Amino acid sequence: MKLTLKIWRQGGEFGNGKFETYQMNNANEHMSFLEMLDVLNEELISQKKTPVAFEHDCREGICGTCSMVINGQPHGPLKGTTTCQVHMRHFNDGDTIVIEPFRAQAFPVIRDLVVDRSSFDRIIQAGGYISVSTGQAQDANAIPIEKDVAAKAFDAAACIGCGACVAACPNASAMLFTSAKVAHLALLPQGKVESHKRAKAMVAQMDEEGFGLCSNYGACEAECPKEISVANIAMLNREYLNANLSRSDS
Amino acid sequence: MANTLNGNVPPGQLSDKWTQYKSTVSLVAPNNKRNIEIIVVGSGLAGASAAASLGELGYKVKCITFHDSPRRAHSIAAQGGINAAKNYRNDGDSIYRLFYDTIKGGDYRSREANVHRLAEVSVNIIDQAVAQGVPFAREYGGLLDNRSFGGVQVSRTFYARGQTGQQLLIGAYQSLSRQISLGNVELYNRHEMLDLVIVDGKARGIIARNLVTGKIERFAAHAVVLATGGYGNVFYLSTNAMNSNVTAAWKAVKRGALMANPSFTQIHPTCIPVSGEYQSKLTLMSESLRNDGRVWVPKKLEDAQAIREGRKTANDIPEADRDYYLERRYPAFGNLVPRDVASRAAKIECDKGNGVSPTGLAVFMDFASAIQRYGKSKAHTQGIHNPDEATIVKLGEEVIKEKYGNLFDIYVKITGDNPYKTPMKIYPAVHYTMGGLWVDYNLETNIPGLFAIGEANFSDHGANRLGASALMQGLADGYFVLPYTIGQFLSKDIRTPKIDPNQPAFDEAEENVRKQINNILNVKGSQSVESFHRRLGKIMWDYCGMSRSAEGLQKARTMLKELREEFYRDVYVPGSNDEYNPELEKVIRVADFFELGEVMIVDALNRNESCGGHFREEYQTEEGEALRNDADYTYVAAWEYKGWEEEPALHQEPLVFEAVELKTRSYK
Repeated sequence: MKLTLKIWRQGGEFGNGKFETYQMNNANEHMSFLEMLDVLNEELISQKKTPVAFEHDCREGICGTCSMVINGQPHGPLKGTTTCQVHMRHFNDGDTIVIEPFRAQAFPVIRDLVVDRSSFDRIIQAGGYISVSTGQAQDANAIPIEKDVAAKAFDAAACIGCGACVAACPNASAMLFTSAKVAHLALLPQGKVESHKRAKAMVAQMDEEGFGLCSNYGACEAECPKEISVANIAMLNREYLNANLSRSDS
Repeated sequence: MANTLNGNVPPGQLSDKWTQYKSTVSLVAPNNKRNIEIIVVGSGLAGASAAASLGELGYKVKCITFHDSPRRAHSIAAQGGINAAKNYRNDGDSIYRLFYDTIKGGDYRSREANVHRLAEVSVNIIDQAVAQGVPFAREYGGLLDNRSFGGVQVSRTFYARGQTGQQLLIGAYQSLSRQISLGNVELYNRHEMLDLVIVDGKARGIIARNLVTGKIERFAAHAVVLATGGYGNVFYLSTNAMNSNVTAAWKAVKRGALMANPSFTQIHPTCIPVSGEYQSKLTLMSESLRNDGRVWVPKKLEDAQAIREGRKTANDIPEADRDYYLERRYPAFGNLVPRDVASRAAKIECDKGNGVSPTGLAVFMDFASAIQRYGKSKAHTQGIHNPDEATIVKLGEEVIKEKYGNLFDIYVKITGDNPYKTPMKIYPAVHYTMGGLWVDYNLETNIPGLFAIGEANFSDHGANRLGASALMQGLADGYFVLPYTIGQFLSKDIRTPKIDPNQPAFDEAEENVRKQINNILNVKGSQSVESFHRRLGKIMWDYCGMSRSAEGLQKARTMLKELREEFYRDVYVPGSNDEYNPELEKVIRVADFFELGEVMIVDALNRNESCGGHFREEYQTEEGEALRNDADYTYVAAWEYKGWEEEPALHQEPLVFEAVELKTRSYK
C-alpha cells in the first residue's frame, strides 16, 4: 500500500506545532495502524530524523494509552475500536490519512500526538472510588446483585479512560468519562452509599480541570471505543441533582 | 559449592505458619508510621494494591510509574480470571487443594510456605474486590459465577467477562486514588526508575528519570518496593505490553539483588499466531476459551498442507480426520491441561508438519461442539424440544457470545476471520515470567529494605504458573502480605529519621545514571533500537524459548554477546536526554534485556532437567514429557550478577517439601 500521511508534529524542532507530510510506500493491509507508524518511525530513524511520538502500550485495546485522531475521528474509522486495533485493511491504497492528537484544553500536548490526560486521574481522585480499606470487606456473596444490574455496572466500568469522548466533543466535555464512573459505582449497592457525595465532587473537579459543558451532542458515545452509553450521563445528572437537593450531603 | 540462601520460612505446621506469623510479627505503631516513607515502584495490581494498603495503614508512600496513569499498567490486559479457594461451587475445593494444584502446576519448584499463604489469602481478595465495586460475573440468583482454568479439576476462577484484569486493576487504582486524595500517597507518573540507592547496606531510595522533561530525580525513603512486573519482552514478541521491561528490577540486580530462576518463562498456548515481519506484539486469547474450545490439527499431513496453501479450510476436514491431540494424550484434563503442557503439545504437532497457518505455526481451537451443546441446552430451557440446526446454532452462538464475546471481537479485529463459523488459529507465545527477584518469606530481597511483589518476584509459581493465578498473586502480595511483612523490616527503623537524598550514595547513583544515558546517546551509530531488540528476541525465542538444549544455549550465548557488542558500537538514538524521548527510554530497556538474556541462558544451561516451562531436550521421557531431576535440582537458582565480563555466581535455596510428596506430574 502507498499512503500519504499528514501528521501533527509539535515540540522540539517543530515548536508550537504544524502538519508534516510523509510518503509511506511499504504499508500492507495486515499491519495494525500503530505498526504502520512503527514502520514510518523506523524509516525516519534510518534518515536520522526525529520519529513521531505517539503513545501506545498493550496494543490489545484495553489499556487506553493510544490516543490519536485519524481523519477527524478519535481512534479512527471503526466503531467500538481503539487505534491499536485498527488494521490497514480498512484503508485504501493511495489514501491520504490525517493524524492529530486528542485536542482539549484539559489535555495539553506533550509532544506530537502525545497528550497529558492526568486530569482524568484527578477526577477519579476527587471521588471515583468506594471508601473501603483493605481488610474491611465482608464475604463476597453477602451482597447478592441482580445479574442485569451487575451487567449494567460492568458496561459502565468498561471505560478505559482514553479520552476519546473529550476529543470527540465539540465542547471538550468529560461528561461521558465522569458519568461512566458515577454510574458504575452508583448502580452497585456497595457504591450507592456515597453516590451523592461522589457525583458532586467529581463534577466539581471536572469543571476545575477546564473541561467543557455537555450539550447532548452525543459524539462521545459514537466515538467511544468501548461504546459507553450516554444514558450514563442522564444517570450522572440525576445523581448530581439529587445530591444538591439532599441535605445530608451538603 | 554454591552459596546457600535461607527463605526465612517461619516454624510450625504449614497451615498455621501464616496465622502464627501475623500474630507475632513486629508492628509499627500508628504514630511512627506517619514518619516512615516507602517508595512503591509500579502501579499494576501488585503496586497499586500495595501503595493503597500501605497508605491506608498510615505510611507515607510515593508511588512511581512510567505510565501516564496508574490505570495503564499491564495487569489491565489480563483476560480470563482470578482464582480463589472459596468453594462456592461445592465441588471439593479448599485452601489445601488450591495450594496443592499450584505446587503441582509449578512442577515442584516453588516454596511451599509462600504458596500455602497465597491460597489462604485468595479468599480475602475476592471479598475486597467486590467491596471496591469490581463487577464480577454473577448468576441469576445474584451470587458470583465461576469457571475452570487449566491444571485443575474444580471451578474456582472468578471473572469479569474477558476483562478481569482491567476490572481488578481499576478497583486497586480507585483505592490508590482515594489514598492520593487523602494525601497518604504521592503519585509520580511518567517517571522511570533507573537506579537503586543503597545506604549502609539498606535500600533507601531510587533515581528516576522524568520522562517528560528528562530530569534525573532522587527519591528517598525507608524502604523500596519493586512491583515492576515481568520481563517477557526480552523475547521482543510476547503478549506483554510494549513498554513492559526489566529495567527497574535489573538495576536492583546490578546493585546486588539476586535474580531467581530467570529461565522459567511461561509460553502461553493460545495466542494469535505471528503474521508478518513488522509485527510488534502478540495477542493472547484467554485460557478460559479452553473451557469450551477443542484444540485439534488434521490427522493427515496432506490435509494440513492443503489448509496451509488455502486449498482447504477447517470445515472441509471431516470429524474422523481430526486429531484432538490434547483430549487424546491427556484424557483426564483434556483441553484444560496446564499451559506448559498445552504449548509443548502444539509445538510437537507443528514440528510434525500438522500446522494450519501459512507459516506452519498454528493449530485450531474449535467452538463448534460447544455451540451445539449450549444451543441444545438453551433451546430446552426455552421449551423448544425439537430445535432445528439453525436454531441450535443461533442459540449456541448467543451463549458463546455472552461468555467470550470480547475475546471473539479481538480475534475478528486482528485476523479478519469469524471464529463463530470457523475455528480460531492459535499458537504459543511468551506470556509471563515465573522467574524474578529472589525474595524470602517476607517478600524481601537479599538487600535489606528492598521488597519485590507480584510478577517481579519469583516465589509462588515455580516452573509453571497456572491460569488465573497471576492476578491472585499480585493482589495477595499487595493487599494482604506485604503490608504485614514490611513491618518486620520497618519496626527496626522507627528511630531512623527521614532519609536525606543529598548524601553521597544518591550522588553516586545519579552520576551512574547520567553516565549510562550519555554513553548510549554518544554511540551515534546507524541501526535503530527496535532492530536490535528484534534480533535479541529472536535469539532468545529460538534457543531459550519453548525447548532448549545445551548446544543451542551455548550457541545463543555467543550470538547474544556478539549482538550486544554490535549494539554498543552501532545503535542510533535520536534526540537528547532533556526532552520527551521514547527512543531513549527504549534503548535503556533493551540494554538491560541483553544482560538479563545472558543470565537466563546461564540459568537454563545450569538446570540439567526439564520442569514446567523449562524444557531441556536432553531430559524427556519416551513420551516426550518433561523429566525432572529432583535429586539434583530441587532448589531455587538465584544469580548474583557480577558485570558483563564475569560469570554470574550461583546461590541456591534448597526447596524443602514437608506437606506434599514430589511426584511426576501427570495430567493423563
